[in-house]
Amino acid sequence: MPKDSGIGASSKRREDVRFLTGAGNYTDDINIHGQAYVHFLRSDVAHGRIVSLDTSAAAAMPGVVRIFTGADFEGVGGLPCGWQVTDRHGQPMAEPGHPVLAQGKVRHVGDPIAAVVAESPEQARDAAEAIEAEIEELPAVIDMKAALAEGAAKVHDDLPSNLCYDWGFVEENKGAVDAAFAEAAHVTTLELVNNRLVANPMEPRVAIGDYARATGESTLYTTSQNPHVIRLLMGAFVLGIPEHKLRVVAPDVGGGFGSKIFHYAEEAFCTFAAKALARPVKWTSSRSEAFMSDAHGRDHVSKIELALDADNNFTALRTETYANMGAYLSTFAPSVPTWLHGTLMAGNYKTPLIYVNVKAVFTNTVPVDAYRGAGRPEATYQLERVIDKAARELGVDPIALRRQNFVTEFPYQTPVAVVYDTGDYNATMDKLEEIADIAGFAARRAESEARGKLRGLGVNCYIEACGIAPSNLVGQLGARAGLYDAATVRVNATGSISVMVGAHSHGQGHETAFPQVVAEMLGIDESMIEIVHGDSSKIPFGMGTYGSRSLAVCGSAMVRATEKIINKAKKIAAHLMEASEADIELKDGQFSVAGTDKSVAWGDVTLAAYVPHNYPLEDIEPGLEETAFYDPSNFTYPAGAYACEVEVDPETGKVTVERFSAADDFGNIVNPMIVSGQVHGGLGQGIGQALLENCAYDPETGQLLSASYMDYAMPRADDVPFYAVDHSCATPCTHNPLGVKGCGEAGAIGSPPSVVNAVIDALQSGGKAVTHIDMPMSPSRVWSAMQG
Amino acid sequence: MYNFEFERPGSVAEAVAALKSEEAQALGGGQTLIPTLKQRLAAPAKLVSLGGIAEMKGVCLNDDGSLSIGGGTTHAEVARAAAAHYPALAALAGGIGDPAVRNRGTIGGSLANNDPSACYPSAALGSGATIVTDRREIAADDYFQGLFTTALDEGEIITSVRFPVPEKANYQKFLQPASRFALVGVFVAHYAGGTRIAVTGASEDGVFRWSAAEEALASGAALDGMAPEADGMIADLHGTKAYRAHLTGVLTRRALQAMA
Ligand SMILES: Cc1cc2nc3c(=O)[nH]c(=O)nc-3n(C[C@H](O)[C@H](O)[C@H](O)COP(=O)(O)OP(=O)(O)OC[C@H]3O[C@@H](n4cnc5c(N)ncnc54)[C@H](O)[C@@H]3O)c2cc1C
Repeated sequence: MPKDSGIGASSKRREDVRFLTGAGNYTDDINIHGQAYVHFLRSDVAHGRIVSLDTSAAAAMPGVVRIFTGADFEGVGGLPCGWQVTDRHGQPMAEPGHPVLAQGKVRHVGDPIAAVVAESPEQARDAAEAIEAEIEELPAVIDMKAALAEGAAKVHDDLPSNLCYDWGFVEENKGAVDAAFAEAAHVTTLELVNNRLVANPMEPRVAIGDYARATGESTLYTTSQNPHVIRLLMGAFVLGIPEHKLRVVAPDVGGGFGSKIFHYAEEAFCTFAAKALARPVKWTSSRSEAFMSDAHGRDHVSKIELALDADNNFTALRTETYANMGAYLSTFAPSVPTWLHGTLMAGNYKTPLIYVNVKAVFTNTVPVDAYRGAGRPEATYQLERVIDKAARELGVDPIALRRQNFVTEFPYQTPVAVVYDTGDYNATMDKLEEIADIAGFAARRAESEARGKLRGLGVNCYIEACGIAPSNLVGQLGARAGLYDAATVRVNATGSISVMVGAHSHGQGHETAFPQVVAEMLGIDESMIEIVHGDSSKIPFGMGTYGSRSLAVCGSAMVRATEKIINKAKKIAAHLMEASEADIELKDGQFSVAGTDKSVAWGDVTLAAYVPHNYPLEDIEPGLEETAFYDPSNFTYPAGAYACEVEVDPETGKVTVERFSAADDFGNIVNPMIVSGQVHGGLGQGIGQALLENCAYDPETGQLLSASYMDYAMPRADDVPFYAVDHSCATPCTHNPLGVKGCGEAGAIGSPPSVVNAVIDALQSGGKAVTHIDMPMSPSRVWSAMQG
Repeated sequence: MYNFEFERPGSVAEAVAALKSEEAQALGGGQTLIPTLKQRLAAPAKLVSLGGIAEMKGVCLNDDGSLSIGGGTTHAEVARAAAAHYPALAALAGGIGDPAVRNRGTIGGSLANNDPSACYPSAALGSGATIVTDRREIAADDYFQGLFTTALDEGEIITSVRFPVPEKANYQKFLQPASRFALVGVFVAHYAGGTRIAVTGASEDGVFRWSAAEEALASGAALDGMAPEADGMIADLHGTKAYRAHLTGVLTRRALQAMA
């Protein structure tokens, strides 16, 4: 019997009532009396020197309050980078400045040059057009390998080159890896591109700065996944505002997919200008601006080599990746191609020797940072493509080759630093074979072929490191912040509960799932529990939501705080029933004395805590409110196996995804419906990356070619099939109290390789000698590949 | 967008008069023009809405069997009202954009705009339609003059379009994955006098008649493996020149097959 409440129940998402009826409160819904509006004049060239900037005519335009340029920010800090990577030679990465408004040079199309604050958005835009900016165009650096060539133009004049870092992992293993390749019975090599993506959350970014002269307090309302991270970065590094004078509010947020983790120039600008002008300043991004100012994702160019022995055991793996950083270092950009990528290169396999080399490169493009999966999709894509290619070269079944090399004993120390605590990769593969009806594929292929279509089946596994992260470990790896999370459980007098959490919900359903956990622990109704998030003045200092961490890290903090509540409530109950605390049991919202029929209800205990007339005041404080911080001892390792079945029209090259199946091990599940929804969304994004999405720059001019939905293809409902998803193969996480692993990114991480594997399978079944097609596999690309 | 004057006349004559003023521009369904204004890529001093002109709306079958469609008729209305008379044309209209676009966008606006990836130009050219304006009639073969370029003069209004109804016709649209305009679209119409083939989305010169294929059909030849020259085709993120040329051949054959 499925449960109808508590852990394991598919409780309906309570937040959907407001989202689906237009009653949400998004940042753009907030309007503060007296607010002015900012419009950013953005560079329309990829690379140039600012020769002169004349704002006098613009300043005289109707409604203009003030025009700011880079000069106004000379005494202000630049946007900080939150992660320092150390290169192969022990040197810190190159870390260029990132001014709020361009100083001296513009470095990508969309780089903000000036900001016009006016009485209305239209007046601000009109005046921005009247700014006379003389920009001497410089050669644009777009292609990564060209950017590293001798004599290439430099994105940052004060750096020695366009190289951010040359990272080797594990550097000490390099010699052993090379030796293993020399001895290999078979080596499979593959070069591939992980295409640049634009996150495209439904809600574009918005920021409102507000300043209270009476108290000296600044407030930033912003579309963020992590208000405390923004408070920390902006307050401490950019504007120098102490925490108690800076409030950051991220109200309802319409999707982030990573792109709303980072601290952006527009946030710092609005906060700064609100104080300078003593009035609220609002910015609402247009979709066009989003394309050229939201951090992009992926953009890796890789070569991967897999060595096998004569029995098809993986003996070594070697990769070389060029990772695009864009023009500046976005908040967590350096960590993505390194620690979030290299550490996952073992995948689900017991390859004993691995060496990963990553060259991070500056180019005249929008900064690139974490996007759903962040580094782990890039690792999975390379690995699962090269394994598929190896299976074809060796003429063995790709599923059997994977099974043969699976890690089967846990905990497993990989050669790339991390320790998988638990997992069962054969179980998810068994489940996949069942739900994907792999046995029935041959018949389906025959049916497609009878209609003149090619049909292909592609399979892959994935593993990810989630629940980011043990603070001491990531500190050693270069993180400049802790990665714990926090929750405060505030029980009210009548027994209802507000839980203030550091995680932020922007589509994940925390407002529904988190209460399920507390309700389960206390045995009370979910509807008595409310989640509060997103406002730094209301919640404890948590690090926000990304890396599939909310339930694993913040949920664990919530469990710990609830345990403290239970302990204290038992003391109160013991007092009320004149019993020993050790004999008190809590079940279904009733405290009882073991072995007796004495009991008091949850509400009696909570009332006693706040109306302490009959209360052990000499032993415990009144009230019932507890906070816990939780810092995990390891990452969590969700893993699974995915299968994609495509049909290819051999005449046009068009690929149709006919079936997609996902068998995931997410450990314990709190709300299966929400988990399925997260997987569905991730699969949509992964299929989008594989077939449709392509953020492209003109290699000569650096103009963004896919700058709107006319050219940037988002997946639509009819681009994806009905999914078969299963998360019944659960090996609970061994080190967090809920045994949960996180499910937010799996779909996006696990799906692109199987789509590509399926297309290659289809083409080869049609007699085409195609071994690889870069994503997105547009009809034109597939057809061109088929022409040989 | 920039500020502009707005007029909504009730007749073609009034609209023509209103369009005589400096930098005035006609507004049909606004599905192309409004986004252009929002992006500040155009700055007309005055917009003259054609939306209130009853005489420019509707679909009617003429005595000679041809079909007249008012220049202000929406795609949705064509999809509905032309279905019984000219199913291929109705299907084309029903496949443009999304419901919002179809319920605002008009045939006159589409033909006046002559986007190289738009659907209607292929139907007009493939049918040998006549573009009727406030001042003259223009044969489709003379009307389309390249990307976003037509025979229309400044201030000239498409009041209706007259389509000779073919014995059979078919439109094959291959979607550009992002915009879902035609990556390539082929309209084939069979008349007593022969078969016309018009191709949109493919050429750097806009919609064109694929005469070589028309001639091959006239001589009774099959089109197997035939494709126009790749030279002069559009190359962009979504397809190479060779791909567009190839698709033209594939879609033409598919249209003919659907008509058979
Ligand atoms: C999301 C989206 C998807 C679309 N998909 C497709 C598609 O798949 N296929 C396709 O073919 N089109 C597509 N379109 C374009 C759509 O069909 C437009 O409606 C059409 O191109 C313009 O018609 P309109 O009436 O909206 O003209 P407007 O936008 O009002 O005007 C366009 C131009 O025509 C002029 N004009 C308007 N009416 C007349 C007239 N009667 N006489 C003279 N000049 C006139 C205007 O001055 C302007 O220059 C799409 C548009 C959108 C927004």
